[in-house]
Amino acid sequence: MAENPRAIIKRNLFGENQVLRQILGICSALAVTNTMRNSLVMGIGLSFVTALSSLTLSAMRNIIPHRIRMLVQTLVIAAYVIFLDLLLKAYLPDISKQLGPYVGLIITNCIIMGRAEAYAQQNPPVAAMLDGLFAGLGYTLVLMIISLIREVMGFGSVFGMDINFLKLQTWTIMIMPPAAFFIIGSLIWGLTARAQRKARKEERA
Amino acid sequence: MTPSISPWIIFLASIITSNMILANFLGMCSYLSVSTEYKTANGLGMAVTMVLVITSAINWLVYTYVIIPLDLVYLQYIIFIMVIAALVQILEMGMDRFLPDLHAKLGIFLPLITVNCAILGATLFQVIRHYGFIQAVLFGLGSGLGWWLAIDMLAAMREKLAKAKLPPGMSGPAIAFIITGVVAMAFIGFSGIFVIQ
Repeated sequence: MAENPRAIIKRNLFGENQVLRQILGICSALAVTNTMRNSLVMGIGLSFVTALSSLTLSAMRNIIPHRIRMLVQTLVIAAYVIFLDLLLKAYLPDISKQLGPYVGLIITNCIIMGRAEAYAQQNPPVAAMLDGLFAGLGYTLVLMIISLIREVMGFGSVFGMDINFLKLQTWTIMIMPPAAFFIIGSLIWGLTARAQRKARKEERA
Repeated sequence: MTPSISPWIIFLASIITSNMILANFLGMCSYLSVSTEYKTANGLGMAVTMVLVITSAINWLVYTYVIIPLDLVYLQYIIFIMVIAALVQILEMGMDRFLPDLHAKLGIFLPLITVNCAILGATLFQVIRHYGFIQAVLFGLGSGLGWWLAIDMLAAMREKLAKAKLPPGMSGPAIAFIITGVVAMAFIGFSGIFVIQ
C-alpha cells in the first residue's frame, strides 16, 4: 500500500519534522547554519542523498539479506555522498571548503539511516524517494529558519546581502556555537509545547 | 604539509577550545539520547574515547599508506566508514573474549558508536588539517576526552533537572539544548588560549 504523496509531504515537512520533532540530524543542523548560503547548499545536498538512497534501498529491499542490511545501507549512502562531494568540489569549491568535513559527515547523518530503516524497508521505491526527498526538505526548512535568525543578527545580512541599513551593532554571539544551541532549543520547546497543548485539547474533546 | 603545532597543544585544544560537542557539534545524536542517566553516559563517554583513539591511529595509517599511494582519495569516505565499522566489530569481539567485565559495561554502546559522527568527524578533521601521526592520535584522545567531559556534565545536570519543575514542553531535548548552550558559552571563555584551526 503506497501512502498518498500529499500525506508524505505534509508529514515530513511539518507533523514529524526530522530535526525538530524527531531530534535527528542535529550535528550539521547546528554546524553549518551560521550563513544562509551554506545552509541552503547543505540542505539541498542532504535532500539529494536521502532521496536517492531511499530510492535505491527501497528498490533493493527484497534482495538485501536482513542481517547485513545496515552495512549495505551505509555503503549506498556513502556512495551518494561521494557523488555530492565531487559535485560540490567541482561547481561550488568555496562553499565546499567552508562546509569542510560536514559534507562527508552526511554519511553518519541519522536522518538518512532513519528513513532507510523506517520507511524504505517497507515501501515501494517511488513513495520511498518522495519520503526521503521531503524528509530532506523538512531538514532544509529548519536549517533556513535557524540560519536566517543567525545571519540577520550575527552579520546583518541575508544570503550575504547587507540589510543592516541602520548600522546597528551585530551580535557576534549569534554566529558562535552557543546561539545555535539556544535557537534550536527554543524552536523545539515551542513546537513540543504546541503539540502537547493540541493533544490535551483532543483529549478533552 | 604537517602543521608544526605541538601535539600537546592539539590535545589540550581538542578538549577545551575545539570541543567536539561544544564547538564542532559532532556526535549530538547519542549525546542527547544517552544523557538522561549519569552512569550510562559515563560508559558511553569511555567507549567513545577508546574508539576515537584507535580509529584515529588506524585511519591515519590507512590514509597515509593505502589511500594516498593508491590515489584513492575519492573513495576515502567509504574506506573510513568501513574501517570504523570493522574496527568497532573487532573491538567488541575482542573485549567479549579478553575483558568480559569491560564488555558488560560498554558492550551495548559499541554498535551505536559506528554511526556516531564524532568518530568519522575526527578522522576527517585530521585529514583536512594534515596532522602527523602523533598529532592525529593525541587529537583523537583529546576529542574523546572532550566528548566524555561534555556528556558527563550534561547527564549530571539532567539528573538533577528530573526533579525540577519546567515550563510545559521544555523537558526533554529542549532543556538539554539550552543547558548545552550555556555550557558552550562558558567554554568560549577559554577561546584564545590555544588556536589550532
